[in-house]
Amino acid sequence: MGLTIAEKILLKHSGQKELGDFVYAKVDFCFGNDITAPLAVKEFLKAGFDSVFNPGKIGFVCDHFLPARDAKAANNAKFLKEFSRKFRIKHFYDINHCGVEHAFLLERGLVKPGDLVVGADSHTCTGGALGAFATGVGSTDLSAAMYTGFCWLKVPQTIKFVYKGKPGKWVGGKDLILATIGKIGVDGALYQVMEFCGPVIEKIGAEDRLAMSNMAIEAGGKAGIIAPDEITLSYLNKIAGIKLPVSYIKNLKSDRDAKYSRIVEIDVTNMEPQVACPHSPANVRPVSALKAVKLQQVIIGSCTNGRIGDLKIAAKIIKGKPIARGVRVVVIPATPDVYLQAEKEGLLKIFASAGCAVSSPTCGSCLGGHMGILDKGETAIATTNRNFIGRMGSPESFVYLSSPAVAAASAIKGRIAHPDEIR
Amino acid sequence: MILKGRAHKFGDNINTDDIIAARYLDSQDDSFLGSKCMENIDPDFIKRVSKGDIIVSGTNFGCGSSREHAPVSLKGAGISLVIAKSFARIFYRNCINVGLPILVCNDGDKISDKDELEVDLSAGRIKNITKNQSYNSEKFPSFMTEIVESGGLLKWIINKKR
Repeated sequence: MGLTIAEKILLKHSGQKELGDFVYAKVDFCFGNDITAPLAVKEFLKAGFDSVFNPGKIGFVCDHFLPARDAKAANNAKFLKEFSRKFRIKHFYDINHCGVEHAFLLERGLVKPGDLVVGADSHTCTGGALGAFATGVGSTDLSAAMYTGFCWLKVPQTIKFVYKGKPGKWVGGKDLILATIGKIGVDGALYQVMEFCGPVIEKIGAEDRLAMSNMAIEAGGKAGIIAPDEITLSYLNKIAGIKLPVSYIKNLKSDRDAKYSRIVEIDVTNMEPQVACPHSPANVRPVSALKAVKLQQVIIGSCTNGRIGDLKIAAKIIKGKPIARGVRVVVIPATPDVYLQAEKEGLLKIFASAGCAVSSPTCGSCLGGHMGILDKGETAIATTNRNFIGRMGSPESFVYLSSPAVAAASAIKGRIAHPDEIR
Repeated sequence: MILKGRAHKFGDNINTDDIIAARYLDSQDDSFLGSKCMENIDPDFIKRVSKGDIIVSGTNFGCGSSREHAPVSLKGAGISLVIAKSFARIFYRNCINVGLPILVCNDGDKISDKDELEVDLSAGRIKNITKNQSYNSEKFPSFMTEIVESGGLLKWIINKKR
């Protein structure tokens, strides 16, 4: 019996000859953020652990409440900094030279094809787009991984998602994943790996793939994996300066006779840009059905859609047009590299001239932390990944999720808009 | 271990932002996090709950963010056990790791809000005292029982090292 790519990676890291129900697997990299890592460190110290398995394979990224929104947030970052100094943790990142973890750590070359990565953040699954088995865990799991270099994992089944057809001009990775979650529901891939493949996936860019893997967790997925190819290798070279030979990824694909729990085919021809309505990422509708929804806030950024390609699409639509009166628009490049590239290409000027606020990298508003919070009765469209009750502020606010193209068009119209409406 | 408490019913897909809103995640204090438990979807929950009470929920309980603050908040609020038809995977492992008991049981619909429950955790047997019914839950894989019986993941690791 053949193996899926996920099974191959787990097997390699398990040190076993065959996969059982569980693996106690060696991790290549583990990390947490300024919310989850302080809890992990407290548990680590409470357990009396006095060493880490490898200071070069542990990361702390202060991205959620940073730049510190208040004294408590500052204290959490300070606490991590002191621990990092004591245990010589190599990858500690405070607000300088720091970005949204699932974009930033990839730029640092810390997630590679075939790696097993665990992160104390649910969107760790983003790394699956590069052909890694990357999965979210809790803080205690992170403590354990920091100390032992191992993580226990249940060996998951895989669902194969095959994307066929010809995507329209405004349809990208975000639309594909929203359509998928809409189809299978928020628990449609519970405990399972989502493997994205098919002719559409082979053609779309690495950043579109990252947006897809990023939201695997929104369907309950343990990982959202895409077999690495030359697009992956050239992207890694571009963002991280890592040159991997094609031979490195040769076996990193599912065998022809691999076993799947289910195969789901999705035809993207004639698909409209997709929007998830309050209060579930699975409550998905085509954009044209939502043109009456008036907005008070637009967020363009996050670990889902804060990369350079996302900002380019948004800037192309916004260029030369003012944003609608009464709408707060915040553009948040996900990392310093993205910020600098956007500056170089004149994108930040386009945003600022149109009236958008441009922020330094942060998770901020996506989780209702800071930098764009909604009041009671307010509505936002965001390129982020969750629209749960109260996710972006008041429990009586409303969040719609979309691609950067739809968010940009909506910023100009002041209501949810199709990018084709902007001339 | 026998747990006794009143049932608090919730629906499907209760996410970790529902359990503890992100604005409070700069704290790691269980009693503070407990005082904000379920605030986004049920602001009065914390006033109704007594120590030892049990949450009974539908499918995919604990979906969304990986925040371990969610089981910590439930514990801090006095919840002794969560019964659900299914759990989201990170929440599930967080509960195993921090020692918040959970049971997977498909009979949750038979339990009403405020029913008095008595649960034999190791047998996975749920007794509904109010309705004079009893239900079975799914058995934990032995690997996980081992972690739970050690008192959580970190203690399991310490034992293993010895």
